Amino acid sequence: MTDTTANAVHFEAASHDAHHDADHKPGFFVRWFMSTNHKDIGTLYLIFAVVAGIIGGAISGLMRAELAEPGIQYLGAWANSIHALVGAKPAEFNEALHLWNVLISAHGLIMVFFMVMPAMIGGFGNWFVPIMIGAPDMAFPRMNNISFWLLPPAFLLLLGSQFVPGGTGLGAGVGWTVYAPLSTSGSPGPSVDMAIFALHLAGASSILGAVNFITTIFNMRAPGMTLHKMPLFVWSILVTAFLLLLALPVLAGAITMLLTDRNFGTHFFDARGGGDPVLYQHLFWFFGHPEVYIMILPGFGMVSQVIATFSRKPVFGYLGMAYAMVAIGVIGFVVWAHHMFTVGMDVNTKMYFTAATMVIAVPTGIKIFSWIATMWGGSLTFETPMLWAIGFIFMFTVGGVTGVVLANAGVDTVMHDTYYVVAHFHYVLSLGAVFSLFAGWHYWFGKMWGKQYNEILGKLHFWFFFIGVNILFFPMHFLGMEGQQRRTPSYADAFAPGNHLATIGYIVMAIGMVFFFINVFWSLFAGKKAPDNQWGEGATTLEWTLSSPPPYHQFETLPKVD
Amino acid sequence: MKTIFKLAAVAAAFGLAPAAALAVVPGAPAGTTDTPALAPAAAPAPAPAEATPATANAATPAAAPAAALPRTAPTAGIGQPDGRLGLQEQVSPIGQEAAWFHNMILMPLITVISAFVLLLLGWVMFRYRRGRNPTPSRNTHNTTLEVVWTLVPVLILVVIAVPSIRLLAHQYDPPRADVTIKAIGNQWWWDYEYPDHGNFTVTSRILTDEQAAARGEPRQLAVADRMVVPVGTTIRMIVTSNDVIHAWGVPAFWTKIDAVPGRLNETWFRADRTGVFYGVCYELCGAQHGYMPIAVEVVTQEQFRAWIASQPGGHMPGAQPAAAPAGGNTIAGAEPPAATNQSATR
Repeated sequence: MTDTTANAVHFEAASHDAHHDADHKPGFFVRWFMSTNHKDIGTLYLIFAVVAGIIGGAISGLMRAELAEPGIQYLGAWANSIHALVGAKPAEFNEALHLWNVLISAHGLIMVFFMVMPAMIGGFGNWFVPIMIGAPDMAFPRMNNISFWLLPPAFLLLLGSQFVPGGTGLGAGVGWTVYAPLSTSGSPGPSVDMAIFALHLAGASSILGAVNFITTIFNMRAPGMTLHKMPLFVWSILVTAFLLLLALPVLAGAITMLLTDRNFGTHFFDARGGGDPVLYQHLFWFFGHPEVYIMILPGFGMVSQVIATFSRKPVFGYLGMAYAMVAIGVIGFVVWAHHMFTVGMDVNTKMYFTAATMVIAVPTGIKIFSWIATMWGGSLTFETPMLWAIGFIFMFTVGGVTGVVLANAGVDTVMHDTYYVVAHFHYVLSLGAVFSLFAGWHYWFGKMWGKQYNEILGKLHFWFFFIGVNILFFPMHFLGMEGQQRRTPSYADAFAPGNHLATIGYIVMAIGMVFFFINVFWSLFAGKKAPDNQWGEGATTLEWTLSSPPPYHQFETLPKVD
Repeated sequence: MKTIFKLAAVAAAFGLAPAAALAVVPGAPAGTTDTPALAPAAAPAPAPAEATPATANAATPAAAPAAALPRTAPTAGIGQPDGRLGLQEQVSPIGQEAAWFHNMILMPLITVISAFVLLLLGWVMFRYRRGRNPTPSRNTHNTTLEVVWTLVPVLILVVIAVPSIRLLAHQYDPPRADVTIKAIGNQWWWDYEYPDHGNFTVTSRILTDEQAAARGEPRQLAVADRMVVPVGTTIRMIVTSNDVIHAWGVPAFWTKIDAVPGRLNETWFRADRTGVFYGVCYELCGAQHGYMPIAVEVVTQEQFRAWIASQPGGHMPGAQPAAAPAGGNTIAGAEPPAATNQSATR
């Protein structure tokens, strides 16, 4: 298996050997397990993300079931079944409560590291960045392969950690933030170690992926494809890749220190040995805040493509859009401590982080208004991807303005670690990032799989999901204002109506997801064949010049961009 | 009432009243729990080390019945959530300033911005749908517009920043503290030490659902022994932890600060009305994170003195028998205060 796709000249030579057969595919095992083709790896990433999304979403279903009523309803029974599964004695009350913390931790980690990131960057990024810049493949196809194949073991480690001791009960109940000392002296047993290793592997995977994207975008653009002509989705992946490259090593260092604190007697985060638990939080959020932009920037990119396509107009203020993302990326590195406003900080520090955080609203506002200006004067049609994209703009605005509220350290005093924060970050992620993922999925469905999705099922999916998630997350703003704390399975009775409503919203959303899966399977097997360019004059990027699905190796002759 | 105070004080003087002097003894006969105003004081309660929420407060029955302070009943809609779709009623000056900032500036602003974006989206979806506008324009630049939508948000942010920074400055500019309390987070309860009042400790554990119901207190928020502070007084809170990170927060005071092991975090509040104000632990701290609530009882100065006197070793700082005002707390002179402690903090 000589791999030559990275080099256009080699590529031409190879295709001569293959008798000009661009669609010559290797056998099943070589194709899917030793893959070097960016589209195949993108497909693997997408399948992985869907599987992880089902698991992470099911966990949130368990959480909403338990939270439907105050008090503990199901945790004991669930803990008992897990204990029975591993042959442990029936769970005690504390072990059942510990299961709650395991669920919230798993939901967060799975959705962040194993659903959103693989889908956006690994999935759509791999599929469409090379095509959009007119490249035959990624710069380092084999590294691309290992980037993906680090993820399944990482995911298995995380899933496996649920079944081994993690302190009070089975599993790692430390939250997705893995704060010390709860994650060190507070959680003996192998579970947290396994979760940390899972993050190490997922982080290494993302760093390799980021290196690959940066190299590809800088070096493999087709003739004439200058940086300022790149589609905004490519810009978004480029900025994201830089954020990954700079942020993830910090996470890797922080969790390695956790590991040595746990196992080798170091005291990085242990006050008894001169360490500082707050240091961990600084390190974590130095990674963690860029991470939230890592999860949303590719979404910005996809939404820009979709809005332009269905408005049949080029993106308004292209340069402003591109550099707004760069600005968000840069500012994203200097606002991390707004996640830690109650940790006991100096007043000047708080003032700085308040001001810096609010500044992010400016480039974000530029993007929102530019999307609307793109639609202004356009000739709009409302196919499923466009619905998701418009839904994204509004929901992201709502999540954004609550972010401005939370940015005020003085106000955050009462909002911190309440459901207001949960509502905020689910509006920007579950209604922001996930909406953009669905927009991209339907936008490129025909292109990726060669079959058209079903428009009616797609719209049913959108409306159920849109209404469902709003019923689910909007009441949380009010729960948080009144002071309901995050990360507890039970709550005061006054919070019962809002929580009950949220659970109903989850059910509506879940019905929407049923339409999604019916749509996927029905369309893959019985969908109409997708034409090369499904969306007409508005779809101007290079992927629409190729067949659907694209040939196994595209751009044997590099396209010229004028 | 004075008699009650005296009785409590006498009991305290004789070392009969335990740390849990204010507690209604859990598991006591129904007859006594019906009268929360006059609770029998328990013998020093053994610390239930392996406590679960169900058994956390299973103290021993009353050994020596003694009178205690009346246990303030919570007021509906004050100091606890009541499903009002907004911030809790604020009873501290900082809370009122912050709630004004949130309710009068931030909320209207974000509502208007969201509505504006929704309106724009609705308009373009209606006006520029393909049926009405079959030929798209090619307009992709408008420098004036782009400058406007960059500068207007900047101006809005400046408008927000002024009261925001002012609020922060006020939060960090406390008046001279009158009472210092050290709150210590534990898995999973709070300890409150009163270093200037005889350095006694109040151990504050959650009540079971049944106990809370019996006392007419909100489930999941009620504790057996509350932190007690005087009304209209600046309270300095020193917050730390014995194990993992917790967070001490009471929404009605607009107060929240992490309890970090190895750190002494300081914050303050001043409650301007009496009553019971509930809070919870706001930082994930393990299995019973949701089961270590906070209840702060704000009482009058007289009641506070009496309560202090009822605590083991409790006395007002600087209180000499002659200097103290008339009332139950004159008995506090039975145990002379530690002079060094007062001079350090007054």
